[in-house]
Amino acid sequence: MKTVQLSHGGGGEETNTLIHDLFYKHFNNEILIKAEDAAVLQINKKIAFTTDSFTVSPIFFEGGDIGKLAIAGTVNDLAMMGAKPLYLSSAFIIEEGFSFSDLTQIVESMAKELAKSGAQIVCGDTKVVPRGSVDKIFINTAGIGELMKENISVLNLQENDLIIASRDIGRHGATVLMARENLDVSADLQSDCETLWPAVEALIEANISLNAMRDATRGGLSAVLNEWAQSSEVCIEVEETAVKISDEVRGICEIFGFEAMDFANEGTFILAVSPEDGDTALAILQEFAFCENASVIGRVSQKYPEKVVLHSAYGSSRFLDLPKGELLPRIC
Amino acid sequence: MSELQLKDLYDGFRDPEIIRSLAKQITTEAQKLESPLRIMEVCGGHTHTIMKYGLPQLLPDNISFIHGPGCPVCIMPKERIDHAIALAKMENTILLTLGDMIRVPGSKTSLAQERAAGYDIRPLYTPADALKIAKENPDKKVIYFAIGFETTTPMTAAVIKQTIEQKIDNLFFHINHVLVPPAVDAIMADGKAKINAFIGPSHVSVITGAKIYSPLPLAYKTPVVVSGFEPVDVLQGILMMVRQKVEKRAELEIEYTRSVTMEGNTKAQTMIDTYLQPRDHFRWRGIGDIPYSALELREEYAYLDAEKLFAELLPTEPIDDHKLCICGTILKGLAKPMDCKVFGTACTPNTPLGSCMVSSEGACNAYYRYAGVLE
Repeated sequence: MKTVQLSHGGGGEETNTLIHDLFYKHFNNEILIKAEDAAVLQINKKIAFTTDSFTVSPIFFEGGDIGKLAIAGTVNDLAMMGAKPLYLSSAFIIEEGFSFSDLTQIVESMAKELAKSGAQIVCGDTKVVPRGSVDKIFINTAGIGELMKENISVLNLQENDLIIASRDIGRHGATVLMARENLDVSADLQSDCETLWPAVEALIEANISLNAMRDATRGGLSAVLNEWAQSSEVCIEVEETAVKISDEVRGICEIFGFEAMDFANEGTFILAVSPEDGDTALAILQEFAFCENASVIGRVSQKYPEKVVLHSAYGSSRFLDLPKGELLPRIC
Repeated sequence: MSELQLKDLYDGFRDPEIIRSLAKQITTEAQKLESPLRIMEVCGGHTHTIMKYGLPQLLPDNISFIHGPGCPVCIMPKERIDHAIALAKMENTILLTLGDMIRVPGSKTSLAQERAAGYDIRPLYTPADALKIAKENPDKKVIYFAIGFETTTPMTAAVIKQTIEQKIDNLFFHINHVLVPPAVDAIMADGKAKINAFIGPSHVSVITGAKIYSPLPLAYKTPVVVSGFEPVDVLQGILMMVRQKVEKRAELEIEYTRSVTMEGNTKAQTMIDTYLQPRDHFRWRGIGDIPYSALELREEYAYLDAEKLFAELLPTEPIDDHKLCICGTILKGLAKPMDCKVFGTACTPNTPLGSCMVSSEGACNAYYRYAGVLE
């Protein structure tokens, strides 16, 4: 099996071969192949800039892999600010002995995901470290996007805003957990990992009032709603039955005692829109396969400022708290 | 015929219409109660259901819940958590335990903090994984810090059985399995909590049978209903209790007829008996020493017993809780989480002073999580 060696990160001939035969081949664009010390970019608009590091175990999971995640994650962070993703950097830290074919698969997956938003990787770096120094492969991506809509902010939720979830929740967290623990529970479970820009672009083009928008990654839906409620000093009232959770995710939560609202998502976003825009926003979202289950899950009020309240279908209510500590399975 | 799905097993027991209708029936029946019904739900799983589904909001004022000592993490005294930490710190050792046990603070640190410091401490999804880990690490001592009530005991017994049968010589057991009836007896004998009805946890009785509660109605004139964990189960159980009270009965009834019998799982009971026996004493956090309230390995399996093999490393002195923490009073049913001065301020799930805030089944954790911190 061909593997990545320390020499591939040494800056010499092997590094050159790796860059040309793998990265340039798949990420091919004019800025990148100039191979200068830094990419030179010409942008005359207001930009958004973000970075994220990706580590996931296992690196290949149902519905994606670390490469897809590394592109979708950064592109989505830009999209959530109303920015069109333009340029990304990508830096790899690879454990010595990592399979070359796995690396190729990851890079191909990154290229495929980039095509969905049209963003380009314009600079990069590769380090190879001795065995045991990292867990297989870490990827960092940073991204620059052109701001297409301003004032999308956690501070911007208004009373009576509708809260929309773009799809059913909890898939990524549940999928990775099942894979990591070798829990073979459901064959149909897949991560929701996806580039969200096309849907966001459509919402911006239709001039939907996007008061707040965030992808529900780590901490899940609970974290997004709580951060919004606190930052905007409002109450978010959620109808529990309106929050869509697939049977597979629900089943895993039942068996192990987890809450789907605490699970991470990688292709699910939450929006706060003005009430008059609700129907149009839903119609636009539902045009996209990865948002076909979009639904209104709640609304903004002043009932309990800085709190998220969950209403049951039978007349009781409770607070939805931020997830705390690591997710641990229940005992019995 | 379509395949049976997991949701088919619980959807009906969360049906909003049935929940509403049961709440209404309880409210009507409860008008006939001569005195308020003070129900102890023994099990932390029931506390969790009651808080998560907001059941008290659906019930009349003359029905209240008193949260019992049935969370295996909450009742673990600090000195035994120190045992786990001492074992984990031995050279060449992997310490295994279940769920949020790893977060409970001992006298100085928690297992999670020790894991971060580099010791090999792993929470298991199922006790059976202990066998696999022991086989994969033949050069290491693997110690299973076994916790839980009657529900989880058979799994530990099964792992002990297989350890012996497969001649695995590097897997040891630190047994902390506790028993429901002696704890309930201790609380009732104390009398201060003024409990006049019990909900018994169904999963315990799937193993033990409902019979373990048969002395209670006789001794204390309280109805006992063994009930499932879904909201419909809990409400149905409450309705049965209210009816008993109104009809002046004090009986042991089973709501969870779909898997609980009077006798329980006799195979599992035999397996437990083969390897484990009641220990003379066990100190419960907050409640104190209760005779015959926990299990230990039988003498002939002492060679598997980490508590005996590594006794010289293990602290023996009892260690009390933080002086501001009232977990003990809560576990005895004498106070609610909100009555605690440090609830939600100095004591939160991230910085727990007491065990009731640590475990997701602890009363304080359930109140914090679902009822919020009302200011």
